[in-house]
Order: sequence, then C-alpha cells, then structure tokens
Amino acid sequence: MIEVQNLIKLYGSKRAVDDVSFTVKKGEILGFLGPNGAGKSTTMNILTGYLSSTSGTVTIDGKEILEDPIEAKKRIGYLPEHPPLYLDMTVKDYLGFMYDLKKIKLPKKQHIEEICQVVRISDVYDRVIKHLSKGYRQRVGLAQALLGTPDVLILDEPTVGLDPKQIIEIRNLIKSLGEKHTIILSSHILPEVQAICERVIVINKGKIVADDTPDNLSRAMSTDHKLIVRVDGPEAEVYKLLSKIPGMEQVNTLGQREDGVYDYSLEGEKGVDMRREVFKRLAERNWAILGMRSSELSLEDIFLQLTADSAEDTRANLGGEK
Amino acid sequence: MFAILKRELSAYFTSPIGYIYLAVFYFFSGFYFFAYTLLQNTTNLTNVFIMMFTIVTFLIPILTMRLMSEEKKHKTDQALLTAPISLVALVMGKFLAAVLVFAMGVAIMVVFGIVVACFATPDWAVFWGNVVGMLLLGAALIAIGMFISALTENQVIAAIGGFAVGISLALIDSLTSLISVSWLRSVVDNLSFMTRYSDFTQGMLNISNVLFFVSVCAVFVFLTVRVFEKQRWA
Repeated sequence: MIEVQNLIKLYGSKRAVDDVSFTVKKGEILGFLGPNGAGKSTTMNILTGYLSSTSGTVTIDGKEILEDPIEAKKRIGYLPEHPPLYLDMTVKDYLGFMYDLKKIKLPKKQHIEEICQVVRISDVYDRVIKHLSKGYRQRVGLAQALLGTPDVLILDEPTVGLDPKQIIEIRNLIKSLGEKHTIILSSHILPEVQAICERVIVINKGKIVADDTPDNLSRAMSTDHKLIVRVDGPEAEVYKLLSKIPGMEQVNTLGQREDGVYDYSLEGEKGVDMRREVFKRLAERNWAILGMRSSELSLEDIFLQLTADSAEDTRANLGGEK
Repeated sequence: MFAILKRELSAYFTSPIGYIYLAVFYFFSGFYFFAYTLLQNTTNLTNVFIMMFTIVTFLIPILTMRLMSEEKKHKTDQALLTAPISLVALVMGKFLAAVLVFAMGVAIMVVFGIVVACFATPDWAVFWGNVVGMLLLGAALIAIGMFISALTENQVIAAIGGFAVGISLALIDSLTSLISVSWLRSVVDNLSFMTRYSDFTQGMLNISNVLFFVSVCAVFVFLTVRVFEKQRWA
C-alpha cells in the first residue's frame, strides 16, 4: 500500500531523514518510534506531500506523491502534529470545508455525522473550535483525517496532550480503524506503540535502526535466558539450591522484598529453559515462589539500547531545549 | 478551488476584517461622492474614482494581510497542501475571494451611478470604464498583497509590506521626473499604477492598460504558487 524508497531529506547540510526505506501492507498498523527530533514528523510530512524529499520516492497505492500528487493525496488522511484547525469555524463548518476540499463523493451530511459519532464529537458539533479543549481539538483533527474514509491514515502523535482516559479512547479508536485502513502513527511513547501497532520502525537521527513486530524486537534483543524469581524462604539456602540447578550459570540475590522474601536473578546457559526445574526444586523444600518472570527486555530497554549511540547527543539536545 | 473561495469569503465576514473594509470603503467613497459629485451639481463620477485610488491602496493590504500568513501561523496550510488540490487552485481560490470582497466595496459605485441617474443621465461608458479600471487596479494590488502575505507568518508584517508597496507605486510618478536616463524613465513610467489607472478615469479603455493589470495579477499569482513550492523544497 505504501512504498518508501531511499528517502533523504536535507535541511542545509543536516540530514533530517537519511536513506529511509520501508513498505506498509494493506491493513497494517505501523508504529513510528523515535526520540524528539528523530525525523518522524519530517518523514510523515514527506509521505503526505507537504514537504518534498531531497531524493527518494514515496508511492501510495501505486501513485507517486510528487508525480501524481492529486491521486496520491486522495488516498491519504493526515493528522499532523498540530491539528490544522481553523479556530474561528464551528466543527460543522470546518468538517464541511474539509469535505469540499477533499472532493469527497459520499453523501455529505450523513458522512460527516457518522465520523463525528466515531470520534465522539457529536456533542460539540455546533461549537466554535476556538472554544474546544485540547482533547476535542485533537479529535476534530482526527475526524478531518477520517473524512472520505481514505485507505491510508497517517497520524503524527495522535494522543499527545490528551488525558489518560482520552488516550485510551483514541488508542482503541485507532485499533478499530486499523481493520479498514492502513495506518502509520508516530509516537515517542513506547507503551502506546506496543499497545496499538503490529509493526514498529524505530528511527533515530533520520535513520531506521529497527523494523519488526514489538514482540520480535524484544525477543531478538534479549540475549540470554534470564529469570527473575521471588521466593519466600531463607536466603542462603535458597541461593545454594538455585545454584545447584544444572545449566545454571549465575545466581544473584537482588535483595529482600518482604519479610523473608527475596528476589533472585538467574542466568542459565543459552537455550536452557530453567523455569520448571526451579519450580520443582523449590516446591520440594516447600519454599513458595511468589513471582517469576523472564527478564526479557521491554520495548523501553530496546529503544534505549538502539538509540544508545546517540545518547550523548540526545542529552546535549535536551540540555539545549531546557 | 470553490471550497477555498467559500471558506475565505466566510472567514472575511466571521472576523471583523470584511466589515471594517466595507465600512471604510463606503465611508470614503460616500464622502467623495458627496463632495465631488453631489455638491458640484454634476453627473461626473470620475473624481470620486480618482480620489479612491489612495484609499484602495491603503485598504487592500487589510484584505490580503491574513490571506496566507495566517495559514502558516496556525499550521492550517498543512491541511491545504496535503489535500488533493493543485497549488494554483489553492492560490486562485484565495485570490478570487479577496477580489470578490473588494468588488463588494466597488459595488457602492454602481449605487452612486443609479443615484445620479435619477437626476440626469451620466456618461455610462465612462462610468463603467471607471468601474472596470478600479476592479483591475484592486485585483493587481490584491495579487501583490497576497504574495507578500505568503512570504511571512506575521499579519502585521504582511500589512506593512503591502502598504509600503502601495505607497511606492503611488510615488513612482514623482520619481520619474528625477530620472535622467530616458529608457529607464520610460520603464518606470510604464510601471506606474496611477498613470494607467487615470487612463481609465479619463474614459479611455486602453487594451495595453487592461493587459498590464491582468499580467500583474498573473505574475503575482504565479509567484505566490512558487513561494509554496519553494517551501516544500526548503
């Protein structure tokens, strides 16, 4: 559905987007993840034809965005980082204008009302946008993107500035939209991407540093089989017992959590699953396991790891922003 | 294009700008109509049109200042530029909206014409020539103002830029006498909006003058489109 090839965008000598290529299949929800200033918005602006790339091609459903812009743009609904709202218009007038602008053929009144119901703005339909809260404005922006039910939705940080309840609502909405539309959404919030997206592209300093499903990413990055166990039992003896398990390479006590309850981190040989053995042995001694989890990396860790090279720069940038 | 035209028109009249423009236009034209036509006991409206030249140069930046700059400031240009319409249609929609609002002002002249016609028959050919001249002058100034508005995010800068250009154009005539190089003088002379406009007010419908104003519109509409193109490549 979306094909991006060797996209490069130069701002002077700075490479905002550096040789980015990816394809998105029909019906896929792709998450675009990266720290602030990584090039997410720039990439999205190029995908929607707002900016031109320095080189590279973007094809939407077979239409090149620069060669056949009108046909390509017809297929895209775009919610930029700042929703493009005319503050002095009512929601009704604004959506009517966007409907005309996009030259949509569906029955106007009915179509707009349907979308208002989907994003739940029917109750502010006749209000002037200026007087709406941030959450409502964001939803009006989303409604505008949904007009004409385009095949492709490009959403730039759609949940930014919303309260937790609204965030969950919008996430669920995007998920349900993913059944009909191909969606690209950007975010710097990891759990969000993990919750919504089937596929994640991590972008840093204009380059793609990872492209996989959220699960695969965490699996690929967890190098050794590590477990963290919480056991109710005398520390020294539990430690001794755990160390004796065949295939165990390292046991560390992580400290006392409750009265008589300790956490241990276990590191086994590669490819050895120790979970059953750990359970059996502790059960024999009647020491209860209060918790056990494999210490797979969370998306957060992966993200930090992938973007670690530029950690120094990021820190410098953050200092600058403050 | 019509979607943009419609929105711009309604934007002029949801903000006070449209009303202020019309009020000021009607006030001054009414005053001049009273002073130069009614009070003189004449059917000749030409003097009203001549006096309105200055008023128009000052009013048009008010109409054009927010045309493009506000889109950029509120980032609504993102919606326009990612919509399936061409840049020319986008710019023309805005241009025509401003011209239409301008024409609403000029329409008062027709009312004056009718008022005069109640007492004696005015020279209708000269009258309509004047109206056409004023519309062409306005359209050309609107194209220039729109171009300036596209260059900035700030309405005030756009307005001041528009005033500066308008005043410079009015000053051109006094400049020409200072230029000793004859070919340069004729170039500057030919750029004079006032000279070309006064041909209309004298009842001359010179095709070259019509073409001049139309070309100014075309050039600045084109340049405005180029400004948007350039932004995408920057």
